[in-house]
Amino acid sequence: MTRQDGLYRTEYEHDACGIGMVVNIHGAKSHELVDNALRVLENMEHRGAETRDKTGDGAGILVQIPHEFILLQGIPVPEKGHYGTGMVFLPKDEDAQRDIINVMIEEIEREGLQLMHLRTVPTCADVLGAAARDVEPAVKQLFVTQGAAGADDASSLERLLYKVRKRVERRVTDEDFYICSLSSRYIIYKGMLTSGQLRRYFPDLSSPWFTSGLALVHSRFSTNTFPKWKLAQPFRLLAHNGEINTIRGNRGWMQARESVLSSAALGDIRDIRPILQEGMSDSASLDNVFEFLVMSGLSLPQALAILVPESFNDKNPISDDLKAFYEYHSILMEPWDGPAALLFSDGRYAGGMLDRNGLRPCRYTITRGGMIVVASEVGVMDFDPLDVVSKGRLQPGKILLIDTQEGRIYYDGDVKERLAMAHPYREWLQANRIQLEKLRSGRHVENGVDDLGRKLIAFGFGQEDIDKTLIPMATAGQEPVAAMGNDTPLAVISDRPQVFFNYFRQQFAQVTNPAIDPIREELVMSLTEYIGAVGTNILIPDAANCKMVRLPQPVLTNTQLDILCNIRYKGFKTRKLAMLFDIGRGADGLRQALDDLCHAAEASVDEGVNYIILSDRDIDDRHAAIPSLLAVSAVHHYLISVQKRVQTALIVESGEIREVMHAALLLGYGASAICPYMTFAVLDDLVRRNKIQEEYVTAEANYIKAVDKGLKKIMSKMGISTIRSYRGAKIFESIGLGEDLLRRYFGTEMSTIGGIGLRDIANDAIRMHDMAFESPQADGILPNNGQFAWRKDGILHAWNPETIANLQIATRLGSYTKFKEWAKMVDEKERPIFLRDFLGFKRATVPTPIDDVEPVESIVRHFVTGAMSFGALSIEAHEALALAMNRLGTRSNTGEGGEDNARYHTEVDGVSLSSKTKQIASGRFGVTAEYLVNAEEIQIKVAQGAKPGEGGQLPGFKVNKIIAKTRNAIEGISLISPPPHHDIYSIEDLAQLIFDLKNINPTAAVSVKLVAESGVGTVAAGVAKAKADLIVISGAEGGTGASPASSMRFAGIPPEIGLAETQQTLVMNGLRNQVRLQTDGQLKTAKDVVIMAMLGADEFSFGTLPLIVLGCVMMRKCNTNTCPVGVATQDERLRARFMGRADYVVNFFTFLAQQVREYLSAIGVHSLKEIIGRTDLIEVLTDTATDKQRTIDFARLLHRPETDKPLYWDRGAFTHVSGVMDEDIIRAAQPAIQRQEEVNLDYTIRNTDRAVGTMLSGIIAKKYGEAGLPDGTVTLRFKGSAGQSFGAFAVKGLRLRLEGECNDYFGKGLSGGSISIVPPARRSDDFVADRNIIAGNTGLYGATSGELFVNGRVGERFAVRNSGATAVVEGAGDHCCEYMTGGRVVVLGTTGRNFAAGMSGGVAYVYDPGHTFDYYCNMDMVELGLVEDAASRKELLELVRRHYLHTGSPLAGQLLDDWSRHVEDFIQVVPIEYKRVLEEEKMQALQRKIAEVQRDY
Amino acid sequence: MGNPKAFLTVPRKEAGYRPVHDRIHDFGEVEQTLNTRDRQEQASRCMDCGVPFCHWACPLGNKDPEWNDALYRGEWESAYKLLTATNPFPEFTGRICPALCEKACVLYHTTGEAVTNRENEAAITERAFAEGYVTIKHPVRNGKRVAVVGSGPSGLAAAHALNHMGYTVTVFEKNEAAGGLLRYGIPNFKLNKKIIDRRISVMEQEGVEFVYNSPLTIHGSQMAGASPSDTGNICELSIMNYDLTDYDAVVISTGTPTARDLRVPGRELKGVHLALELLSQQNRVLAGREFPEEERITAKGKDVLVIGGGDTGSDCIGTAHRQGARSVTQIEIMPKPPVGHNPATPWPGWPVILKTTSSHEEGCTRRWNINTLEFLGKDGRLTGVRVQPIDWKPNPAGGRPVMVEAGEPEVIKAELVLLAMGFLKPGHPQYPEGVFVCGDAAGGASLVVRAIASGLDTARKVDAYVRKKG
Repeated sequence: MTRQDGLYRTEYEHDACGIGMVVNIHGAKSHELVDNALRVLENMEHRGAETRDKTGDGAGILVQIPHEFILLQGIPVPEKGHYGTGMVFLPKDEDAQRDIINVMIEEIEREGLQLMHLRTVPTCADVLGAAARDVEPAVKQLFVTQGAAGADDASSLERLLYKVRKRVERRVTDEDFYICSLSSRYIIYKGMLTSGQLRRYFPDLSSPWFTSGLALVHSRFSTNTFPKWKLAQPFRLLAHNGEINTIRGNRGWMQARESVLSSAALGDIRDIRPILQEGMSDSASLDNVFEFLVMSGLSLPQALAILVPESFNDKNPISDDLKAFYEYHSILMEPWDGPAALLFSDGRYAGGMLDRNGLRPCRYTITRGGMIVVASEVGVMDFDPLDVVSKGRLQPGKILLIDTQEGRIYYDGDVKERLAMAHPYREWLQANRIQLEKLRSGRHVENGVDDLGRKLIAFGFGQEDIDKTLIPMATAGQEPVAAMGNDTPLAVISDRPQVFFNYFRQQFAQVTNPAIDPIREELVMSLTEYIGAVGTNILIPDAANCKMVRLPQPVLTNTQLDILCNIRYKGFKTRKLAMLFDIGRGADGLRQALDDLCHAAEASVDEGVNYIILSDRDIDDRHAAIPSLLAVSAVHHYLISVQKRVQTALIVESGEIREVMHAALLLGYGASAICPYMTFAVLDDLVRRNKIQEEYVTAEANYIKAVDKGLKKIMSKMGISTIRSYRGAKIFESIGLGEDLLRRYFGTEMSTIGGIGLRDIANDAIRMHDMAFESPQADGILPNNGQFAWRKDGILHAWNPETIANLQIATRLGSYTKFKEWAKMVDEKERPIFLRDFLGFKRATVPTPIDDVEPVESIVRHFVTGAMSFGALSIEAHEALALAMNRLGTRSNTGEGGEDNARYHTEVDGVSLSSKTKQIASGRFGVTAEYLVNAEEIQIKVAQGAKPGEGGQLPGFKVNKIIAKTRNAIEGISLISPPPHHDIYSIEDLAQLIFDLKNINPTAAVSVKLVAESGVGTVAAGVAKAKADLIVISGAEGGTGASPASSMRFAGIPPEIGLAETQQTLVMNGLRNQVRLQTDGQLKTAKDVVIMAMLGADEFSFGTLPLIVLGCVMMRKCNTNTCPVGVATQDERLRARFMGRADYVVNFFTFLAQQVREYLSAIGVHSLKEIIGRTDLIEVLTDTATDKQRTIDFARLLHRPETDKPLYWDRGAFTHVSGVMDEDIIRAAQPAIQRQEEVNLDYTIRNTDRAVGTMLSGIIAKKYGEAGLPDGTVTLRFKGSAGQSFGAFAVKGLRLRLEGECNDYFGKGLSGGSISIVPPARRSDDFVADRNIIAGNTGLYGATSGELFVNGRVGERFAVRNSGATAVVEGAGDHCCEYMTGGRVVVLGTTGRNFAAGMSGGVAYVYDPGHTFDYYCNMDMVELGLVEDAASRKELLELVRRHYLHTGSPLAGQLLDDWSRHVEDFIQVVPIEYKRVLEEEKMQALQRKIAEVQRDY
Repeated sequence: MGNPKAFLTVPRKEAGYRPVHDRIHDFGEVEQTLNTRDRQEQASRCMDCGVPFCHWACPLGNKDPEWNDALYRGEWESAYKLLTATNPFPEFTGRICPALCEKACVLYHTTGEAVTNRENEAAITERAFAEGYVTIKHPVRNGKRVAVVGSGPSGLAAAHALNHMGYTVTVFEKNEAAGGLLRYGIPNFKLNKKIIDRRISVMEQEGVEFVYNSPLTIHGSQMAGASPSDTGNICELSIMNYDLTDYDAVVISTGTPTARDLRVPGRELKGVHLALELLSQQNRVLAGREFPEEERITAKGKDVLVIGGGDTGSDCIGTAHRQGARSVTQIEIMPKPPVGHNPATPWPGWPVILKTTSSHEEGCTRRWNINTLEFLGKDGRLTGVRVQPIDWKPNPAGGRPVMVEAGEPEVIKAELVLLAMGFLKPGHPQYPEGVFVCGDAAGGASLVVRAIASGLDTARKVDAYVRKKG
């Protein structure tokens, strides 16, 4: 295969899954249990993925060893537990098999064991999909017995088997070889199967003698391109649903740590290294380490608590002893961070655990008969309701453990208390760990720097760095905000010397795991770092392990650094190493200096130095600084390679550091702390010169606060919570660095487009150094580099006065000639900016006659405008775009702000004003059923080019009446868009959302907008498997109304690379023709269109450009509401200055199509689609390139997979959903739909019935709009367990009543409907409704109106971003009412942590008889009070009454019985902003009254 | 940008001119100044555009957003530094620049009310001189010498820049004082000559040597019409008492000496003058020089006709008024430009629209589409001008439109005619190596700001040349 030549990498692959576990608490074995587990798996089929040929991504089951079954196969194994059983994948080739088996026998015998039998496992290859069959291995079972020396101890047998396995793994490198399990306790059956195929593929599983007391099942949804059998789960001890975001760092640190690991239990661990198996998934690596820790003697829960600790900062209600337990272990091991639902079993214990954020669902049901079922969903197994004792969910960071031997369930509290008490962790910490913030020294440390101006230039500072970055940080304590996109050259393309940081871009989570909101969900975030010699022995609990310095955050002041250098008396040794090189020796000098630095660091470790400080303070006229990032990464990787990394910590003291990105990079490549001394010198200077009105200490504190905030944001973009697991995790990618350099100094194998090496790095450093030291000193003014605003002598910008003005003139005059002049100016720019500026296309010797080429009217349909919300744009600009695109027969995009529903039916000259693409973003603003049914395309914005992985905030002062209306909000209240969609935490969630949208509007294409980064192609493959119709690959250059300035420049990569990777990956997967590919990112001309088509795009999106056509002059002030041309403002005075017209936009796209047509003719083809993916038609133009530019290698970018698979989309515009329950309901509800007659229907429902009520809602919304049907026209009653998205987008007139339970996302986007959920009427007496979970996570997400009543508890994130619905529930999980902007929520029970975070509107009432609620509430934006005023009391009473009426809740009944007493136990939660608005309204009413009174006189 | 919304609340406020009845009797500067607060408020109107078209339009690349911000914040010194980083003589351009920046201002584009960049520039500079922010710099000498011939704006700019680079610079001027057209072309009511003296004094203190009354002579080449590409005999340059070969480089910035004349019957009549004859004489008179009666050109008691509708024409009008003209008429052969907005010259380019100068305000009959046929006279003295109203028809063959007669010829009574019809493009002989030409002398008559830009650019070229030569 050609996987090495293109941009695709197997390491980009992601998994997502359904998991389940069936356990008999008392360990009673039965075949029925196995059968049930398989059924659980089959009922989660929709959470896995399969391709068209029915190849599954993987499914498997872990069970106890079926002893009787084995005996029945005629295998004379000894007594239970005294032999090991293995399940092995082997190559089909018999010779190869024999060789491997010989190795195994050797290793088995080396441990004194014997291979007593080898069984060929019967399999049924017929059920496999074609792709799975191609790579099907031979499946064998091993039976290993103890020899003469046989130890009796079961756990020592287990360890022997482990060692055997590890050694065999190390010796056998055959790709097809894999040991699924080798244990005396459990066995795993798995393969590249769908959930349904598992049972049929392994006939063993159907034997009535095949019994177990516990079973773990897993179904996999992977984005993988080259699927592998061995990646199916469960792994040896684990089944994982989710993703480890920090995997690169975890693997690196694990590798570094192997040198200091030792274990009495395992003996010499060099024997079993590497602990991590090569070429496996993140889940597999986690399993490897988990297994290693367990084999070393840790208990299952202890090992897991170390690997995936819960959050233990102040906002978490856990005991101090437990906090100490976590802190102690956090010194030894960084968290494996990311969404995770983990089910584990070693054959005796079984349990489950969630990550600290609770980002994956996991629900359990316990029966009277001692069965417990834990799974991603409820309803996967049928129970008699009378049998059910309790229903619950795993909570964030919490463990559930079952000991089948003792027949006990241990809940989190029991387990953790035992762990915390095992050792005096608190005392150990107090005695040994030093807290830096508590140390004081009398020494005076100077913050200023001599010869400041010169040194600033040497370190590449410009005036903008000070004015636009440092001053805002030092005064406001946060990073500045900027607008519009980044249109400047990549570092490798620019002809100016570059600060080395500029070659890197942040990576971010999209689809496969969620970003975190670091502000509103601060409770999971931590910047605490420990420095010193880490982990001399993780495995032996000892006070000495905590001899560390604790840093509250990673930015050190000069004073703190000074203290650190001088705490020798505490037994800490430090050394400062200079990061300098001799400029006279150029690149050689740099190379030598790096080598010296690495060796000096190694020598320091040998001398027992606890931390090494890399410093460039001593630059002078002969010595320039080694770029600090290069230095720290080189040392970090070198120390890992010589096994000396964990014995020391690295601190960087560098003059280069100013922006948050710089800090993030240094930490991400291995530094533990940084000291930006030049930045401090600038602050010192600003304070001295009164340029900022702050004291130095305040300015410094503000700056550090801004960096802290920024770091959290950058970490959270990737879904990472703690700096400890971020450090060294290298969550970046470089653009324009050569492969040699990356391999040598950055521990990376591949470079997407090649690039520079040490020569150019040295040249740049020397050029900057010379600028500072050669020319006479400028008088206090640094150069303005034109990064944020164009300057004649500054950094190039694609949008400059010429390109802006000429485009406007050409389109306004409607002159094709002038358009072509403009296009020539853009295409043939003197100095290149984008990668595509180096690419041209080949012309045919005989062009196609122009009349034979696809007409303009058809080409123009490949063009769309970008997502720009009304709110960001003025209504005039937004409507002009819609009008223009509709006139051309293509699509404009609403952006994320909803759309005034009047526009759906308004026409101008027969052309609709409604945007054909309706976007849905994480804020779900204005996303109602009506909005969705009025779309031709529904776009799920997973990320945005300018700020991928981040949320946004529309400040209250911008939310005027009309914006409030379209966003379903209240005037004057801030609207927060969370970083992730709370219903997309993984790929199977996305599949669910796509399914929901296809239900509400079966005639719309569903598109998913991704941002280019390495690995986006793999994500796109997953998105295609999730059945999206259209995928957008957005370039990082994309525009924005407001984005942190650093995100605009440093997150994401150019669209050329992302698009090419996506094209290559989809083509290899055979998925390309099923989806349309759209791209954007500073596209301008017909040449851009042709090149991007050749790289793989079907469609092209333009954002900034049409705005410029409409008058935008790139003021870059969209965020301040002061757009002087009325394009991006809501200010009426400024909107009056809008000069744009739809005609101009029509002119532009017509001209563009016309020129594309001419090019197609020149290329010699007849239509645009003929050139899609034809990279062979591209030629690389580097005639005028600089030396630096010549290092770019386009080979991977232009790689075309050798395949006959289609290169472009050739299907219908969208795919249909079918076979859903709503089809029946719609048939039966016709009288209501047609004639508004009352209809009552009853159904039983299963967890596979998803999005019930949604398709019906779509039909009603289409016909009746927002008004819906009269209340209660359609009443649907369900019994059973509802699948996900129950009642999503249910409209007015629809009443859903569910008796039973439901899964996640119930009532999502509720649009006026009424939902009530009650437990089964016939239920066990032990089952108390208000103590049990009967509805899953993320209910009522983005609801806009309607009501919901739940007689029971609900999961995490209830009513997130509710903007108008009313709900009553009887208890809730974490993050309830987050980002809520309207509506009412009543919780008649306890809530989880972080209640009301980011809540800016609406009111919540919480019944709090225990008076503990205030601890669980996030008070940043809300006030708590008793329910005092009459109106609120009345409202609350009415809500509780309605709850009682709808659900018959016993709890509501009790409360109502003695209302006047209970009402005193309610807490009212009111957002501060909302309170202000309410009070203003009240005041206005009063004033009106007063005015009337006066008139009477 | 301290106040992002100022442009919405603060209207453009020009300092304006002294009242006509007051200003028309003297040659003092007509433009007034704003008080400090108003001036800073005006600066706050700058929006600090992401793409500053002002900066783009300015031939010098002045960074208006940067110094406007400093001005708004009251950081006058840093405003002056930012200003002089691109413009060595903001006191000149602040007074007489047509301000391309203001026409490219986004506020001009949207509301017609640009930021008052020119006035702000003048205010910053005057404040800088008053407060002593204009410091005398003593560059480290590099031992190289450059001669600059001609002390107009481009010559001064080149001299200034080279001096700061460490060159020892001598400026040769054919006239008795430095400044070129600044001194001998622009009327004092627009630019007080003390402003020039002040700058020359700074330059002298910084080490630039000025040599007056020293015209350049060019031998051995036919000047007019020769194009630089002509090979052939290389000319020789000389200045009395000086050997130009002593210099490492020579910069020629001698301007455009030849005005466009109007060769129609009666041109020889007394009373028909080139505009500059009037303007330079008047400036010299104000500088204290005396002229014999017969040489004196004055509009006193005369009907004056100015031919040519440009800025020089305007200067003639203002001068004529101050001399006591009975009436002033201005005619222009081209049509009247549109008022306010001209779609043919879109933003951010220079808008060709009707311009009314302070001199026009002082009283003037303005006529367009008028062709001059002949000067009429009696006793050798001018009495009137016969003119022909005309019209312009599009040229069917493309190119320049065709002039056609429109109506009957008529006679405009006039005792003084001033020809303000622009200048001829200078020719270039083959200069020896090391000679550089800049300003109007290189490209023909243009704006002061372009001359300065050309001077700075030439200084950079000279530096590169000398460094290369070693």
